[in-house]
Amino acid sequence: MTVLHHIVEPGFFGSAPVHRALLVGTIAALVAGPLGVFTVLRGQSFAGEALGDIGTTGGSGAYLVGVGPLWGFLVFNVAAVTVMELIGVQRRRGRDLATGVVLGSGLGLAALFLYLDATHQSTTGTTVTVLFGSLFSVSATTVPIAIGVAAAVLALLLVVGRPLLLACTNAELASARGIPVRLVGYVYLLALSLAVALCALTIGSILSTALLVGPAASALRVSSRPGPAIAAAAVLGVAATWVGVLLAYDSYAWPPHGQGWPLSFFVVSLVLVIYLACGAVSHVARGRRAAPTLVAG
Amino acid sequence: MSIEIEHPDRSAVPPREEVLAVRGVSARLGGRQVLSDIDFSISAGEFTGLIGSNGAGKTTLLRVILGSAARSAGSVLVGGAPRSRRNPLIGYVPQKFALDPDLPLRARDLVSLGIDGQRLGFSLPSTARRRAVQEMLDAVGAAELADARVGELSGGEQQRVLIGHALISRPRLLLLDEPLANLDLRSAGEVVSLVARVAREQRVAVLISAHEINPLLPVMDRVVYLAGGRAVHGRAEDVVRGDVLSRLYGHHVDVLRVHGRVLVVAGVGDERTGTHAASDCDPKTSPPTQSVEVLG
Repeated sequence: MTVLHHIVEPGFFGSAPVHRALLVGTIAALVAGPLGVFTVLRGQSFAGEALGDIGTTGGSGAYLVGVGPLWGFLVFNVAAVTVMELIGVQRRRGRDLATGVVLGSGLGLAALFLYLDATHQSTTGTTVTVLFGSLFSVSATTVPIAIGVAAAVLALLLVVGRPLLLACTNAELASARGIPVRLVGYVYLLALSLAVALCALTIGSILSTALLVGPAASALRVSSRPGPAIAAAAVLGVAATWVGVLLAYDSYAWPPHGQGWPLSFFVVSLVLVIYLACGAVSHVARGRRAAPTLVAG
Repeated sequence: MSIEIEHPDRSAVPPREEVLAVRGVSARLGGRQVLSDIDFSISAGEFTGLIGSNGAGKTTLLRVILGSAARSAGSVLVGGAPRSRRNPLIGYVPQKFALDPDLPLRARDLVSLGIDGQRLGFSLPSTARRRAVQEMLDAVGAAELADARVGELSGGEQQRVLIGHALISRPRLLLLDEPLANLDLRSAGEVVSLVARVAREQRVAVLISAHEINPLLPVMDRVVYLAGGRAVHGRAEDVVRGDVLSRLYGHHVDVLRVHGRVLVVAGVGDERTGTHAASDCDPKTSPPTQSVEVLG
């Protein structure tokens, strides 16, 4: 029992904010991992990062008009991917340019909104909450919205997953099969924008890419099959989130006393640890396989 | 303008079941006339090589047949009907591309995507699907690669898996865009004989583009020779001749046969049509003794 107390600070299992944090964090990770697999394959980590950053605009704007930050993340992210699509994301370079242009203008607005938040409410808490997340202070009304958004993302992914996978394999191969590659890409970006909004709620807007891309990249290192890779990404993300929540709760008992370390720090660090561990695992596994299969074709 | 080479033996050929008919096709790309009045047809089980140097319009022609590039004139019939956007009668392997090593796809997953990868939703694993995939892997000689990540296979192995991916939906026409590019001679030979066998066994009409004619010579039923946006179509021995190719190129060309291989050499003394295209031959894949194509 004393050992458990060293790992889990008293009150962890009985606290309502902890329950909510675990629930919302799990939802976000469950959605981010699978979607992140496609983000990695499409080389769109930058778009994911940009969406996270633009979430800053949405989150700070939401405080300004007095609604929950999730609404701000959602509205601005969906708007951002639509503008990115309109500017032209179908070519890789155009995609980066479109992302950069939208990102720049979005962050300009964020600077204004955060300034207004700080001057109107004379608090710097908003900035920290939006940028780095505040999972323990997620309101009870946000939970059903988060569940609904997550369900929508997973449903979208289930529907377009297969053609999307083929489009990731090779766009020409996909379009020869009659797949509307651009439309599929836009649907994916929409799902991505929703997933990033959920991540922003968990670990903050500027760190949301870590939860999106990290578990997915780790899963791709250890699994060669689409289904298991997607499942592994979800599981690894959930694991990082749970352990992160636990450590963040425990950290209230750490120095400097009574403050609590940022949850996002723990989650992001754990994601990095998982990524490195998966790299080591695949290195060992491949080294073992390489010898018999190394036949030049 | 296309020149159809008639051959006396042609009447002896059994009735042709025409799978692909390209009729008077022209196409422009960026304001440039890439194809002019191309005419040819391919029957079931026939292996046709689409030969031309880089930039001759091979890929454009394949894309026009596929429907992903627009034509400015002419018609394309696949299986006797104008081809639609998604044509299940056509199997296609695009120009050389490397599969991402990060792709979470084993060879058998990619072949399986060939069955219904374009459909929305997902399918549950089934014995019938597993068996179909296994049979196709066997047919393309990729059974031992089945569980390897596609992105980690060699170029020749990837081609075999991609051909399996294209064939598993039982198309009647198989289009392969430069499948031999970047392959060493042995792998190229393996891919060619695989495709030839598949064409014969499954009665698939094959159109395979290449800038090098020699690897295809042993198995090719017919050749579509592209130069300057025009084409000659016929049996290889009727098309790859000095007089025919000279007419196609519009200047004197010599065709030399050395040890069963063909050398196409631009006319002597014509500076404008010198030997620049000799750079098409990758020194790695085509040592000088193997084949040289000097195209004008």
